[in-house]
Amino acid sequence: MRRLLTALLMALTLPAVAAETPKRGGILTYMIPADAPPSFDGHREVTFATVHSVAPFYSVLIRINPENPASSDDFVCDLCTEMPKPADEGKTWTFKIRDGVKWHDGTKLTAADVAASWNAIVNPAPGVLSARASIYAMVDTIAAPDTATVVFKLKFATSAFLPALADPYAFIYKADILARDPHWYEKNILGSGPFKFKAFELGQSISGDRNPEYYHAGLPYLDGFVGIYAPKESTRIEALRGDRAAIEFRGVPPSAVQQLQKSLGDQIVIQTSDWNCGDNLTINHSKKPFDDVRVRRALALAIDQWHGAPALAKVATLKTVGGIVFPGSPLAATKEELEKIPGFWPDIEKSRAEARRLLKEAGAEGLSFELLSRNVDQPYKYLATWAIDEWSKIGLHVTQKVVPTGPWFEAMRSGSFEVVSESACQSVINPLLDVQKFLPGDVSPQNYNQYKDPVQVAMYNKMLHETDPLKQRALMRDFEAYTLDTQAHTLMILWWYRIVAHRSYVKGWKISPSHFLNQDLATIWLDR
Amino acid sequence: MYQYIAKRVLLTIPTLLGAAALVFLLMRLIPGDICLVRLGGGGGSFDPKALVACHTEIGVDRPVIVQFLEFIWGIIRFDFGTSMWSGKPVTTEILARLPISLEIAILGTAVAIAIAIPLGTISALKQNTWIDVAVRIFAIGGIATPSFWLGIMSVLLVLDVSAAITGTPWMPPIDYVPIWKDPIRNLSMAILPAITVGYRYAAVSMRMTRSAMLEVMREDYVRTARAKGLKNKLIVNRHALKNALLPVVTLLGIEFAFLIGGLVVTEQVFNLNGVGRLFVQAVQNQDYTLTQALVMLTVAIFVFTNLLVDLLYGWLDPRIHFA
Repeated sequence: MRRLLTALLMALTLPAVAAETPKRGGILTYMIPADAPPSFDGHREVTFATVHSVAPFYSVLIRINPENPASSDDFVCDLCTEMPKPADEGKTWTFKIRDGVKWHDGTKLTAADVAASWNAIVNPAPGVLSARASIYAMVDTIAAPDTATVVFKLKFATSAFLPALADPYAFIYKADILARDPHWYEKNILGSGPFKFKAFELGQSISGDRNPEYYHAGLPYLDGFVGIYAPKESTRIEALRGDRAAIEFRGVPPSAVQQLQKSLGDQIVIQTSDWNCGDNLTINHSKKPFDDVRVRRALALAIDQWHGAPALAKVATLKTVGGIVFPGSPLAATKEELEKIPGFWPDIEKSRAEARRLLKEAGAEGLSFELLSRNVDQPYKYLATWAIDEWSKIGLHVTQKVVPTGPWFEAMRSGSFEVVSESACQSVINPLLDVQKFLPGDVSPQNYNQYKDPVQVAMYNKMLHETDPLKQRALMRDFEAYTLDTQAHTLMILWWYRIVAHRSYVKGWKISPSHFLNQDLATIWLDR
Repeated sequence: MYQYIAKRVLLTIPTLLGAAALVFLLMRLIPGDICLVRLGGGGGSFDPKALVACHTEIGVDRPVIVQFLEFIWGIIRFDFGTSMWSGKPVTTEILARLPISLEIAILGTAVAIAIAIPLGTISALKQNTWIDVAVRIFAIGGIATPSFWLGIMSVLLVLDVSAAITGTPWMPPIDYVPIWKDPIRNLSMAILPAITVGYRYAAVSMRMTRSAMLEVMREDYVRTARAKGLKNKLIVNRHALKNALLPVVTLLGIEFAFLIGGLVVTEQVFNLNGVGRLFVQAVQNQDYTLTQALVMLTVAIFVFTNLLVDLLYGWLDPRIHFA
């Protein structure tokens, strides 16, 4: 009887298992929700459009595990043979490079190529733009002592190094091309990744063909891909509906999901994840009365994040309440820890009473000011509109000024704003580097709060050099409390929520907390 | 006549130079920084040294007067420089987009002519009848309906109708293929935007045709033709319509010139990689060189289309002479 039941069970489950066996072939068409990237050079660009366009052509040294992309510490080798253990008290990292990896032109990739690429990222030649060079401040030297070894020597040991090394833009380029012309990769593509470059239709699409000599056995499954640039959301949703595209990797708003589900039923699959993009309301400390910490704290206290989050999640790509660290990561605050910080207190009436008291004490009752916002719907305008409504509940009179990206940046840089709605999107979860955004402007040029605070900088540096996870976590709590509570330098508002809708025949791709990650398409297959 | 054309062409030079100076100044009055948009637009962190390197690379750290003189010198040599955003020659950027914009403009104009002239003429000939009322409602509808709404609705209609008929939603392709490579795919992509654009365009032209025809039909020479016993069809086609077309041709010319660079919304809705979309990108990215070149292109198209329209007058009305 048991055998019979087992056989019956197997018969019932086998088709399902068989259906999940990857199938070879097919062309994946996907939408890239942007105009074409300024260049193909990942070292140079910061837009996701570059990664979504060219990541399938390139290899990287290490990366977040494509099978576990939500992790913040599951790093795996791409070009290396195994993840190394650091030597020299965490200051020397030696990577062994795979043998037999070929460039798409048929020549052999060696450790010299890896070292040259990383040197170009960390120490760019004069006149060459490397967008993220400053995050590798811990790196001292990068060398290739032989054709199969790359050694990174650090100035100081830090747990920020490995996540920084898994940067999805850190494509490995050919050493002799970089030596000959460091700008070559801006307009040309030659990699060693799962797909070979096929064509680029200026401003319209990019395509690639399967690399039959790819070093990860059996991959990629697809014969090729076509990425179509489509900045307008309605076009992308219609394309998914009409099956002109199978997926859009960045993320769609909740309303679009409802529309697609209603129209396509089980032909559409939804994957969701917390998104490593945090929204914050930046307060200009150089403008009165925002130089008064009581006013800044009052602004934080008025906002009911716990009740606002579920409501906003219905209309915007926002969902999760969190502090300055990506929620859920090991260094992030727990709910209990967060609830101790003003602006996160669970009792909103108590918070607002305290906000009114602080405003009265600071002589700023009935304060009127302007909230500057970017002319991007998701989620800037939604967030700003909601914040204004929350502030009105403590008697503040706030107007929203929406401007295009250029003037928005200009206002932030020049300090000609009172409060501005902005966000920071990171790739690999690397809290130690991600929170640099909250350091004063003389240390972190992307902080527009217009203040100087050596105490905060000292707290950060101590945390950056701490390698013990528990001590580091405690230091992060102190840093967070100082930033959001003691000084209320900035207001951390909700974290984004990533929703990716794709045709049900697209298999083998897992959503990650960043739209920059897991984009080489090697594991994707089409079930049709 | 050749002397007239040469004079008109020469007159375009100060027009183009004036437009160039104006767009150069206006672009620099917009607050913002292309490098900041490029490096910080995604919300991620970037190295401040990269910002400095970017400024140096595209030359915006030089004095404005040097940039202006270089720009004017470039125009004189027909060298519009390279896009500050992509680093590609501006001519490459524009030429890649021009075919699709031209195709939609030509198809849109064809749709407009096919609708406007017959309906406008019928409306005038059947003045104050139910046919006239219907045509006028159709025309007002075209003027009142925003192109973006009509575009989105037309795609949704195709999706819904195809889903209702076949059970699977279908829509036209969204990636452009030149007509000489795959005519069917090309036309299936271009037809909806052409109709969307053509309808609004036709509505305006239809009203113009109607009013011009009404005016011409009351002229003495039409009355004379009738008195001579000419058939109504002959009067309308040979005598009235040809004269009534003068203002319509002017309108068609202006609209056609507008369509080359002005299909901003339609190109976005249908994901057409045209000049209008490029224009929006260039302004959003604060790509000075590309915006300047696109403005120059638009000015040039307007100037030369107007010249062409003026020359057409001579063909339509033999009484007009160029001196």
